[in-house]
Amino acid sequence: MRINTFFYTLKQGFRNIFRNKLFSLASIATIAACLFLFGIFYAVVANFQHIVKNAEEGVSVWVFFDEGIEDVRIQQIGDMIAKRPEVAKMDFISAEEAWESFRDEYLGEYGDGFTENPLENSANYQVYLNDVSMQSALVTYLESIEGVRMVNRSELVATTLTGVNALIAYVSVGIIAILLAVSIFLISNTVAIGISVRKEEINIMKYIGATDFFVRSPFVVEGIMIGLIGAAMPLGFIYAIYNVVLTYVTDRFPQLSSLLSFVAVEEVFNVLVPVSLGLGVGIGFLGSIVTVRRHLRV
Amino acid sequence: MAVKKKRKGPVVENEIITLTNVSKAYSTGAPALKDVNLHISRGEFVFIVGDSGSGKSTLIKLLLRELTVSSGYINVMGYDLSRIKHRKIPKFRRNLGIVFQDFRLLKDRNVYENVAFAQRIIQKSNKEIKKNVPSILAIVGLAGKYKAKPRQLSGGEQQRVALARALVNQPTILLADEPTGNLDPKNSWEIMKLLEQINENGTTVIVVTHNREIVNAMQKRVITLRRGVIISDEEKGGYIDED
Ligand SMILES: Nc1ncnc2c1ncn2[C@@H]1O[C@H](COP(=O)(O)OP(=O)(O)OP(=O)(O)O)[C@@H](O)[C@H]1O
Ligand SMILES: [Mg+2]
Repeated sequence: MRINTFFYTLKQGFRNIFRNKLFSLASIATIAACLFLFGIFYAVVANFQHIVKNAEEGVSVWVFFDEGIEDVRIQQIGDMIAKRPEVAKMDFISAEEAWESFRDEYLGEYGDGFTENPLENSANYQVYLNDVSMQSALVTYLESIEGVRMVNRSELVATTLTGVNALIAYVSVGIIAILLAVSIFLISNTVAIGISVRKEEINIMKYIGATDFFVRSPFVVEGIMIGLIGAAMPLGFIYAIYNVVLTYVTDRFPQLSSLLSFVAVEEVFNVLVPVSLGLGVGIGFLGSIVTVRRHLRV
Repeated sequence: MAVKKKRKGPVVENEIITLTNVSKAYSTGAPALKDVNLHISRGEFVFIVGDSGSGKSTLIKLLLRELTVSSGYINVMGYDLSRIKHRKIPKFRRNLGIVFQDFRLLKDRNVYENVAFAQRIIQKSNKEIKKNVPSILAIVGLAGKYKAKPRQLSGGEQQRVALARALVNQPTILLADEPTGNLDPKNSWEIMKLLEQINENGTTVIVVTHNREIVNAMQKRVITLRRGVIISDEEKGGYIDED
């Protein structure tokens, strides 16, 4: 395409938006609303997942050994566990460490009365997983290792977290799909109206020998611009809201801060900006190209 | 405008339009054209006349490939219009200039832009557009009104803009469907004189008209249609009255 034609097409695309002010505004507003919801939704999900992730990272499995096991065997078992792909990290807690931490946490100075370690057989590996849904498979494996007396775990936490993760994924996909469909439908409507308003102009263009591409491009430019504007607007808004909410929650409920850790606004926007703009362009492109193909049988 | 074209079918030297046994039926009613045979040579000036509903516009629409034939064979400038591929149509039409009774100007653009529009569509550079548009506007006598919007012009002036738009791309064939249908006698004559001038410069001109006086005065080839059939085709012909 000639550079001339490129600018002409751009200009016509912008013209379309202004000539169709009301419908353009309506589309921009709806896309902005959809992507606003999407942004809020994403911010909430990102934080939720962050919190879940934190919780997951705290989920561990304890591996205890047979009485009188040799240190070499403990070492071997440790090597076997470390080789498993689902293991994120593992710590060895010796019987002394186990006792000390128990004593410090629960007994305080009363613990001083003990001369021997009452938790003599409590040396263990504390194993953390990459993915809690793998827990039961890992446990089955661990229990089969010779020299392992007992494996402790928290099944409830693991299944809950796995369930929550799946739920978040399904709900996200569902809501995003609905929002996208609504946006595409709206852009498509706007472009269809633009086409019907300019039927005559399109006919003249065709008589003169305009290619399909030349006739269609301005409408696609229009769709993409609407999508982009509609995507850019809510981003600023979400940025402001996010900061306000974060500050509010942290100030208002300081006791929650140990339980909940929030994702930094920059981290959310690193993803949200490109995804929103990409969605805007994508929605605009799809909505207009589909309509142009259907209504512009040139 | 030296355009090389593949010649297909029975095209005699210098023949630019050939219709062989062409019929056209719309989905409803009697066929609009029945078994039409027609040969037009490069550089001819042809009037097409006939009663309302006799098939004149249908013929024009077939020639610009807005419609396709129901049966028969139609060749324009070497393009076989019954077989031409959809994506070749724009290239084909760039050799045509088309003028309608109702002008069909873009109402939101001024005279200059209306004419420049035709050049933009065929991707001329701004430099060429700035050269070509004023010169064609001068030919149709509108050099002073290039900034006016269509609604600020008389019917005759609007038709000149349409004519300028049809001519600016230097078409091989000019098709005009009742170009003077909405004009008074003086403006009608002026438009016809312009068409004649264009024809003298080598463009093949085909004009559909109801204007008896002009047809009789100009002494050109006249093709008369009645109910979809060519009933007369005369060099230096006249307007044949209805029964
Ligand atoms: N789109 C259409 N669908 C169905 N019938 C049509 C259509 N266009 C034209 N016709 C019919 O075809 C016949 C020829 O129409 P056409 O427009 O070619 O006539 P015309 O000679 O141009 O008439 P006029 O002088 O009034 O412009 C008429 O009977 C008309 O009713
Ligand atoms: Mg007609």
